[in-house]
Amino acid sequence: MSTNEFNSTPITPELVKEHGLNEEEYKLVLEIMGREPNINELGIFSVMWSEHCSYKSSKKWLKTLPTKADWVIQGPGENAGVIDIGDGQAAIFKMESHNHPSFIEPYQGAATGVGGIMRDVFTMGARPIANLNALRFGEPEHPKTRHLLSGVVEGIGGYGNCMGVPTIGGETNFHASYNGNILVNAMTVGLADADNIFYSAAAGIGNPVVYVGSKTGRDGIHGATMASAEFDDDSDEKRPTVQVGDPFTEKLLLEACLELMATDMIVAIQDMGAAGLTSSSFEMASKGGVGVELWLDKVPMREEGMTPYELMLSESQERMLMVLKPGCEDAAKAIFDKWELDFAVIGTLTDTKRMVLKWHGETAGDLPIDPLAEASPEYDRPWEVTPKQDRIDPASLSGKTSHVDALKTLIASPDLASRRWIWEQYDHLVMGNTIVRPGGDSGVVRVQGTNKGIAATTDCTPRYVMADPVEGGKQAVAEAYRNLVATGAKPLAITDNMNFGNPERPRIMGQFVGACQGIGEACIALDFPVVSGNVSLYNETNGVGIMPTPAIGGVGLISDLDHHATIGIKRGDSALIMIGAATGELGQSLYLKTIEGREEGAPPPVDLNAEKRAGTLVRELIELGLVRTCHDIADGGLLVTVAEMCLAGNIGAELYLPDAGSEIAWLFGEDQGRYVIATRDPDKVLNAASSSNVAAVIVGQAGGDAISIDGGAKVSLSELRELNEGWMPSFMAEAIQ
Amino acid sequence: MKARVHVTLKNGVLDPQGKAVHHALQGLGFDGVNDVRQGKFIELELDGTDAAKAKAEVTEMCEKLLANTVIEDYTIELA
Amino acid sequence: MKSAVILFPGINRENDAIAALEQATGTKPTVVWHGETDLPKVDIIMVPGGFSYGDYLRCGAMAAKSPIMRAVADRAAQGATILGVCNGFQILTEAGLLPGALMRNASLKFICKNTHLRIENTSTRFTNQYGKGDVVDYPVAHHDGNYFADEDTLNRLEGEGRVVLRYCDVNGNVDPATNLNGSQRNIAGIINEAGNVLGMMPHPENAIDPLHGGIDGRGLFKSMVEAVS
Repeated sequence: MSTNEFNSTPITPELVKEHGLNEEEYKLVLEIMGREPNINELGIFSVMWSEHCSYKSSKKWLKTLPTKADWVIQGPGENAGVIDIGDGQAAIFKMESHNHPSFIEPYQGAATGVGGIMRDVFTMGARPIANLNALRFGEPEHPKTRHLLSGVVEGIGGYGNCMGVPTIGGETNFHASYNGNILVNAMTVGLADADNIFYSAAAGIGNPVVYVGSKTGRDGIHGATMASAEFDDDSDEKRPTVQVGDPFTEKLLLEACLELMATDMIVAIQDMGAAGLTSSSFEMASKGGVGVELWLDKVPMREEGMTPYELMLSESQERMLMVLKPGCEDAAKAIFDKWELDFAVIGTLTDTKRMVLKWHGETAGDLPIDPLAEASPEYDRPWEVTPKQDRIDPASLSGKTSHVDALKTLIASPDLASRRWIWEQYDHLVMGNTIVRPGGDSGVVRVQGTNKGIAATTDCTPRYVMADPVEGGKQAVAEAYRNLVATGAKPLAITDNMNFGNPERPRIMGQFVGACQGIGEACIALDFPVVSGNVSLYNETNGVGIMPTPAIGGVGLISDLDHHATIGIKRGDSALIMIGAATGELGQSLYLKTIEGREEGAPPPVDLNAEKRAGTLVRELIELGLVRTCHDIADGGLLVTVAEMCLAGNIGAELYLPDAGSEIAWLFGEDQGRYVIATRDPDKVLNAASSSNVAAVIVGQAGGDAISIDGGAKVSLSELRELNEGWMPSFMAEAIQ
Repeated sequence: MKARVHVTLKNGVLDPQGKAVHHALQGLGFDGVNDVRQGKFIELELDGTDAAKAKAEVTEMCEKLLANTVIEDYTIELA
Repeated sequence: MKSAVILFPGINRENDAIAALEQATGTKPTVVWHGETDLPKVDIIMVPGGFSYGDYLRCGAMAAKSPIMRAVADRAAQGATILGVCNGFQILTEAGLLPGALMRNASLKFICKNTHLRIENTSTRFTNQYGKGDVVDYPVAHHDGNYFADEDTLNRLEGEGRVVLRYCDVNGNVDPATNLNGSQRNIAGIINEAGNVLGMMPHPENAIDPLHGGIDGRGLFKSMVEAVS
């Protein structure tokens, strides 16, 4: 592009449309600019006002979520959320989606998703200490599922393993609604000193704006716009906009940034994620209430002939933007030189509150900052309440499958089969602090040099949210809470990754609104606020939306690792006690789906008060050292839960049947707010439960090498293990079609 | 001047990646493939025009870094 | 008792190595940057795991050419105790301090799990705390741990007792079913001719704390301390 071309490219209605701006939005552009924008400015509006960057459909509802607690240091709005974990330390965490790029190019899409979320965390001064991921794929039979699963897992491992951050947990679901639109949500938890956290608000007129990390290429130009558009059959054509990750460079960037952060040179710092230099510079300036002049020709470039438009919109990875204290440039540069990374002063802060782009001395763009960054459109989209479904009456079941056969089928089903094939491809041990490995309720890492543990989990049951967004939203938060409690952790805060279909459809918007309501209610009741999050809308292909998937990432604290719990039964002479009450809810259960072939009914309701009481009791029992074995009851119900505990500990169990009521509802109902614990002192546990007003009942006895039901039908652990461990490896090994 | 270096596994060294590619090709119905060996292709932009000198230099690069001669062979092409 | 950990760009298990050495020697090891040309006076040198230079080109290839590796080679020749784990093993083979090469796992996948290992030689300075045929449990975490050497080299290694660790099952059986990454003859760790340099794929430094789920790795570090004190 010649230097003047950006003023001569005609801004046609087609060009405006290609930039994803509707007529109303373009009118607003003209109003804000007071003139027609040039191509660079149009591109900037386009990405800043994309759904991905502006949250224009979602922010009305996100604002309703509770974000405060005594231990919250920083809630939503920064690169990641920050909570106090005592002793002057803070945990910094966030979950973020990389759905669309991962569908187009699974390895790189997933890898750069992991890279991006780690940058969000170390930008704030934290060393990442744990990664998790929440993955959703299409049905196993779909021709693309195997390829996507294999690529995504390899990509996550490729990036996370190289960075040397253990991947300690997550979840994977399969459902036809994700056939054309997989979900890849990556979460990182980092550790920082509470008094050395870095924020993004720029300050200090005249201070240098510094670019560090990799050079800029033409990667992912318009990625943020792509993440806000539906897919169609031509999506494979969009491949060139996918960024390629370089975990080695990011590892160097991590070390260099942390080294610089140990000094006192940084005023503000922001990673260049979606919408690259545009969104990072606007956010920093907007938060600080200052202006910026950027000298785009000074940006380190990887390719020849790059234009201001490309430099502003590129999503090249492994880059950061910083504002330094004046006079620190040389000392800061020396650190980046040591790590062999680019370092360039590319601008300065001004008092104009405008973004002025310079290109070899000429003005390539001049925009007001606040109207773009803060006064971007906000929509109150029309929405519909999702109709309630009826509770499933156990009498309506065919009941023709024996309990043991149902268990064998469930435990080998895609929904419940072991995920070992996935997590053994992730380095979950590096850093030497992994205390609870993947495959349990939460992953747990020790805080280096202490006896404290950070527990983390990701949870969502999309089929519940689909059937009842409010209850499903509550359930996602409650399950995260429960998974933390089950390790002995005090649940502290969550990050939410809201994956939904097209918000312009009232039904979908209704799912979003309902889920936000449910999440909000649960957060308040459980004292478990939202501190960070991400929204991914337009997850649909050819008009078919995904199941609503508000993935919740929960973080909790174990104050003394000598008292924590894992799911494996440790002694054969233990009683199994179910904590929490059951009414036998089979609606949307895996039993109903897998054994009876019915995907219907009201999902199990969540009694948040009972949840809190049960959670508090279980955590206290673990803290007191009375309980070392605990597993929450989730997908599949009581029998599956006990089977998982037996497999993990390699000790069998006998499970008792109730005197009255449906046996199927007892064994396979997915009632919420429940745990199974193993103890050699059942009376003590039952008494504690009774005085806490929590339902508790002995449901079985550990021992032997099989699972038996009421002394009758049984299945050996070795057979069960083969079924549970066998599905995924054999699924993935099947020949390429 | 450009130098193109092909690095391949030595005969007799098991090539798991090549084996997997072979298997996948068979799965796709390409029955006429007898064997697959996977290697690396490295392109170098060199100063100078002296082919003999370039060849000697690239050979040294291969011996010292680009190939692991315990398991790999290499060929050099100048253009 | 002094030790050093060599740090290359992209290495990521240095802190695990430091923790294990500190536990065994009672002193924090010195960390030496790859660009240095001199090593401090130490008894034990550890080349830790990770992804030096991103594993680009070949695992360990570029790190093997770093300035510090000349100093490591000199120390090796002088008889210092040198342990390379995972990427460290790959670096030592690429540097020519150990024979053979580490190739892509036969499964083509990264593998992170605990594995059983049989101690084949207890008279080395890395294994003197174990009994002959002992089975230990260490984790592995690698993508390229598939040990290759030509038949002559393998026979020589076997003949000279230089195969120190082999992948096996809980009962010590070494067979194709227990060969987790396709290594020739289930080899997990070897020593050089002089017996002072050990390269191994598994991570003893991740098995030194009851909270890790096992402490079998302590014996390896204790062996080095016993041998040099």
